[in-house]
Amino acid sequence: MKEMKIAKSELARFLDSLISEYKVFAPVKQGGFIAFQEIHSGSEVLLDYVNSKKPPKEIFFPQSEVLFNYRLGGEGLGIEEPTFEDKPMVIFGIRPCDARSLVIFDNIFNSQEYKDVYYTAKRERTLVMAIGCNQPSSTCFCTSLGGGPFSTDGSDLLLIDIDQEYVVQAVTDRGKQLVKKHSQFREAGRRSLSLMRKVTQRASTLIKSKVETGETKKKLDGMFEDPFWDWLHEKCLGCAVCTYLCPTCHCFDIADETLDQMGRRVRIWDTCSFPLFTLEASGVNPRPTGKERMRQRVMHKFKYFVDNHNVAACVGCGRCIKDCPVNLDIRTVLNSILNR
Amino acid sequence: MKNPYIPLAMTAEKIVIETDDKNIKTFSLSFLNKAEESSFNYLPGQFAQLSVLGEGEAPFGIASSPTQPGALEFTVNKVGVLTTALHNLEEGAIIGIRGPLGNCFPLELFKGKNIVIVGGGFAFTTLRSLLKYILYHENRSQFSNVTVIYGARRPGLLLYKDEFKQWEARPDLGLYLTVDQADEGWRGKVGVVPNVIKEVAPSPENAYAVVCGPPIMIKFTLPVLRQLGFPPQRIILSLEMKMKCGIGKCGRCNIGNKYVCQAGPVFTLAQLNELSSEY
Repeated sequence: MKEMKIAKSELARFLDSLISEYKVFAPVKQGGFIAFQEIHSGSEVLLDYVNSKKPPKEIFFPQSEVLFNYRLGGEGLGIEEPTFEDKPMVIFGIRPCDARSLVIFDNIFNSQEYKDVYYTAKRERTLVMAIGCNQPSSTCFCTSLGGGPFSTDGSDLLLIDIDQEYVVQAVTDRGKQLVKKHSQFREAGRRSLSLMRKVTQRASTLIKSKVETGETKKKLDGMFEDPFWDWLHEKCLGCAVCTYLCPTCHCFDIADETLDQMGRRVRIWDTCSFPLFTLEASGVNPRPTGKERMRQRVMHKFKYFVDNHNVAACVGCGRCIKDCPVNLDIRTVLNSILNR
Repeated sequence: MKNPYIPLAMTAEKIVIETDDKNIKTFSLSFLNKAEESSFNYLPGQFAQLSVLGEGEAPFGIASSPTQPGALEFTVNKVGVLTTALHNLEEGAIIGIRGPLGNCFPLELFKGKNIVIVGGGFAFTTLRSLLKYILYHENRSQFSNVTVIYGARRPGLLLYKDEFKQWEARPDLGLYLTVDQADEGWRGKVGVVPNVIKEVAPSPENAYAVVCGPPIMIKFTLPVLRQLGFPPQRIILSLEMKMKCGIGKCGRCNIGNKYVCQAGPVFTLAQLNELSSEY
């Protein structure tokens, strides 16, 4: 398919027509932050943003999700099996780093042996429309992790902002069909494409941070006992904001909640930064101090995940850098590892 | 598509107090819906997630053997919230189960070999599953000599006393029970498990050792087995870690890049030596 375009003036109308058929999530302003929310009108969308505060992972993997409801005291377990919505969904305006994080998530939640139906049910019916990053932030380092401000990994469609209009790259068949179906898309002319090239080239030069993740992985292979971990965690408060805001962090807890006879089993985001994460009923804790927990976070992302899935569990979105209360910068950590 | 988080209902047919401190009970469970029984195909060494709805869920090694269909057995030490909830149940209660999960003892490798089973305290559960599997009349000929060394702090803390009585009478089993502190009626050995292994000195020739027990027993047992000549590839251990999902997703039971719930719980000592020491 040739490259297409859509005028910004037509975007709201396009989104309105999507809303009639899809559940549409898009960046909106919410309580002073940018967040991905379901929109009910194309005019709600915010287009002038760097990225959302929380990653859009919660559309597929909510911070708290009911696995099933049950009623106590009856026959058997009284479990009410969950049913899954089938209305197709669109995420509009996701950044390429976050789109890539979904591909990384698939390794966990859509693995060969056990499909996480809560995740896959949503993922399979969701079309991903990303918007490339003309103005990457100083904390962005996606290019070090195999992505880039216009990476198409995980996207069905990629939109590139060329001022008055978006150039639209249809990445998947699903994306192509959507473009064909909507009259707001027109073939992109030579002027649009040349503008697009200018914009993409400029954006790539704006990403100044560079970490060598390949070399870091090799170092990490032999660093479990390194004294590096003895001090790295010292300024960490263990607040875990880095893991909550991480688009690839997937750890969760499962707990039961009951009120009288009614109960539900929920899963909630959990984090390796908390001491209770691995505390056993016997009192044993294999990761008792900040040292082991910081080591786990770094090793999981840049060694274990690479060992198991051949990709780092990081997309370089920079959220953990922006919001760390003590300025513990993962890029500095990775570069210090390289220099060990 | 099957939802891997939904437990199946089982009835607690029988609940037996195992130890004189009443802290360990064995639960004999049968599927409420008999048709589901055939979907639960397990082998010794595997575990399952048991649920008490309203309280939660936790992983337990399966103590019964697939050679005795009909009931699944779990021996549970009362230590935390969920195990206390289990202990508070009465016969007839409904328990949820997800499984079987994890890998099993390497039964194919065990065939034709001498098997040395070493257990301590309440960690004889999946070892019991293995032992019953080996001793099953249709299976026994597939294995060579079988030696069992099992110890507890005192006689009252030994599990499965009635079964051990029957096993003691078997000519095709070398059984050595030991306690740290004997009481008046005790006729077995006295001394910690590693010392009894030294004394019994099972031959490493054509043999596998399978070891489950408290960390302190493991710590002193491994050097003894190595001294006897068991190579790390033929020392088998089973690990316990805190788990939630049991299916490799919730991210907490890993040791290095291995998730105990999927790559384990059964590992060879050689495999564990390759992993970080974070367990």
